[in-house]
Amino acid sequence: MKPRGSIRRRLFFQLSGVAAILSLAFFLIVRVVAERAAEGTQDDILAASATAITDSLRSEDGQVTLELPYSALSMLQTVHQDRVFYRVVAAGETLTGYDDLPVPDPAPTRGQPVFETIYYRGDSFRVVAILRPLGPASAATDVVVLVAQTRLGLEAISRQITGVATGVGVGFFLLATALSLWAAGSALTPFDRITGSVLRRGPKDLRPVTADTPAELVPLVEALNNFMARLRASLLRTEDFITEAAHRVRTPLATVRAQAEVTHRKLNKPEHKQAIREMIRAIDECSRSAGQMLDHAMVTFRTDSLARDDVDLVALMAEAVERLGPTAELKDIFIRQDLPSEPVPFRGDGILLQAALQNVLDNAIKYSPEDSEITVAVEVGEALRLSVTDQGRGFGDADLSRLIGRFERGGNVGQVVGSGLGLTIANDVANAHDGRLSIANNKEGQGVCVSLLLPR
Amino acid sequence: MRFAFVATLILTMLSGAARSFEVEDHVIYRATPESGVLRVISTADRDVFEPIILAFQAENPGLTVDYTIAGTSDLMQAIHVENAVFDIAISSAMDLQTRLANDGFARTYEDADTGAMPAWASWRNQIFAFTQEPAVLLVSDAYFSPGTAPRTREELIELLRADPERFAGRIGTYDVRRSGFGYLMATQDSRNSDVFWRLMEVMGRLDAKLYCCSGEMIRAVSDGELALAYNVLGSYAALQQDKIKGFQIVEFEDHVNVMLRTALIPANSQNAGAAQRLIDFLTALNQRPDLVEVSGLPAVNPTLLQNNTALRPIRFGPELLVFLDQLRRSNFLRNWENSLLQN
Repeated sequence: MKPRGSIRRRLFFQLSGVAAILSLAFFLIVRVVAERAAEGTQDDILAASATAITDSLRSEDGQVTLELPYSALSMLQTVHQDRVFYRVVAAGETLTGYDDLPVPDPAPTRGQPVFETIYYRGDSFRVVAILRPLGPASAATDVVVLVAQTRLGLEAISRQITGVATGVGVGFFLLATALSLWAAGSALTPFDRITGSVLRRGPKDLRPVTADTPAELVPLVEALNNFMARLRASLLRTEDFITEAAHRVRTPLATVRAQAEVTHRKLNKPEHKQAIREMIRAIDECSRSAGQMLDHAMVTFRTDSLARDDVDLVALMAEAVERLGPTAELKDIFIRQDLPSEPVPFRGDGILLQAALQNVLDNAIKYSPEDSEITVAVEVGEALRLSVTDQGRGFGDADLSRLIGRFERGGNVGQVVGSGLGLTIANDVANAHDGRLSIANNKEGQGVCVSLLLPR
Repeated sequence: MRFAFVATLILTMLSGAARSFEVEDHVIYRATPESGVLRVISTADRDVFEPIILAFQAENPGLTVDYTIAGTSDLMQAIHVENAVFDIAISSAMDLQTRLANDGFARTYEDADTGAMPAWASWRNQIFAFTQEPAVLLVSDAYFSPGTAPRTREELIELLRADPERFAGRIGTYDVRRSGFGYLMATQDSRNSDVFWRLMEVMGRLDAKLYCCSGEMIRAVSDGELALAYNVLGSYAALQQDKIKGFQIVEFEDHVNVMLRTALIPANSQNAGAAQRLIDFLTALNQRPDLVEVSGLPAVNPTLLQNNTALRPIRFGPELLVFLDQLRRSNFLRNWENSLLQN
């Protein structure tokens, strides 16, 4: 199935997107707050300097005079060696200082200093302007004191803060990204767990999924379980139907066959006898197919709850030969039993194994020419091998691995009637016992060797 | 007459009235073949600075050095007001140099090779100090036998008060109205201790003689014309002591102002590369004891300052602008005149 999008990737990108936004917000907030604080500090010092100057203003004989205090400028000494300018304006006239230093607009009022950032003499300056009335209240002179300082110290602090904020922001983002990668993975582990528990099942295991399921996945798992239950019910119904059908067909067929044999004995004309023999053979074939379908249904049921009995494989093989002995005799086929004298014990379902051996042997008889030989053997090697070798026509060029599929038949079955279920049944039984079915062309001349390999 | 001169000086320094700066001396050290010219404006006398220039020229062949000597305030006038073109300005007036840098008349030299220099020896990467020169007391051998010279300002005041007849008209100091160096030392003294104004008062009562330059004071003391001279440039005195005898140099134990001679590159410099090389050469002066010996300019030496805590180098910073304020200056000069010009 071609995936459309990935929950993990989406989760990861969404989480790291959120982290990026938060990091950026953090960076901006830190910068703004810290720069405000730094600017506030510079403003405070500038205001203190300007206040020191206004405090030194004197009015002598109606003339404003000033003894510029040493501290007013020495307090502006900074590590970054900022430039400093000042100006004192009394009644619109420059009293002292730099007369090109502009008075901020709007001008300061009493008790209301004005702060401003200006560009002056090739640098960015922070300026404070303080107004102080001087002299008697009736004829007070408004004196404006301006103090300006470059913002090198401020810029250095700003650079430092920006550096720290960038570092912390990037670090936060990287950490958050790593964590969101982990979180995305961790959020999706229940999917992996449930997927694993479904994948590990055998092909016929339709029991409900019971792996630990988070609340969000309960509906999905329930839907899956529900679906499997319906599938199981539907399969059971089908098998039931087949079993029922086979049963119903077999009993009347037995009656028909008995009647046909009776009729065969009564008839004298060879052509009539021949017709009845043909009929009996068709009836046999039909009843055999019904038997196989029953066997197949039985295998399907029994593998669900496999019995583990102690069985003897030699005895099982001998029993199969005994049961099919009459059928073989009809075609003058000799079954050579290459069996060990000691029993070969095995823990498994005797009925299933019996059905498998019978089907393999039945197949061999069916496809063997008249007056030939079939060899059955039980060998104890790396695995337990129960083999049936015929001298029939073989499977021709057919893909040997496909033969065990349901209703698949060899490439050169010719006139022989068959359902194609025999090898499927044998294979299912072998798989149920953790073994396998091996099909090979006979090494010694014509024919096929079908082996049931079971673990020791 | 004197008042008019002071007024002119103040006007020209701070309000920028048109006045051409005065050149005291002008020397050209020509290189052949010539590949460049470095125009230097300096307050250092020719005999003091010549060895340094020649040594610098030896390291920079092909560079003609055009050496202009002017007073500290004329140097300020030239650069701050008249925008005269010089490649490097060397001055003993730290306050005026600070003002040049603060007002934007100096060029920044970020990569100055000041590795061994202390942080206080430069400002804004624009002003670079290369000497530390104390202001000292000179006493005449005719008046003081060895070991009898006063060691603090208090002792000096007591001495002058105890024997007014002996010292009347026999003491000298800078006329701070005419000398930038004298003004800087006097203002720093006034800031450092209250003793200064009492000393000025006492000196005024003893009819102190006022001088424009250290050289004249050194000669007067060695001649025995003066018993002592206050706030003389120590480096000049030390250089002269080897040639003309008759005086001792006293570094006070309460505090000694140490002036830093500085160089800066004016904003309109046309050969900033050569100027930067000269700054690197000057700040490495402490590695050339031969030049220190012949010029008499003591190189910056932080160890010396650590060992003698009475030595106080004047620090760069905006506070040096305070005494350049026109009102503050006129107040200071008025107080100074009231103290010193009593008769």
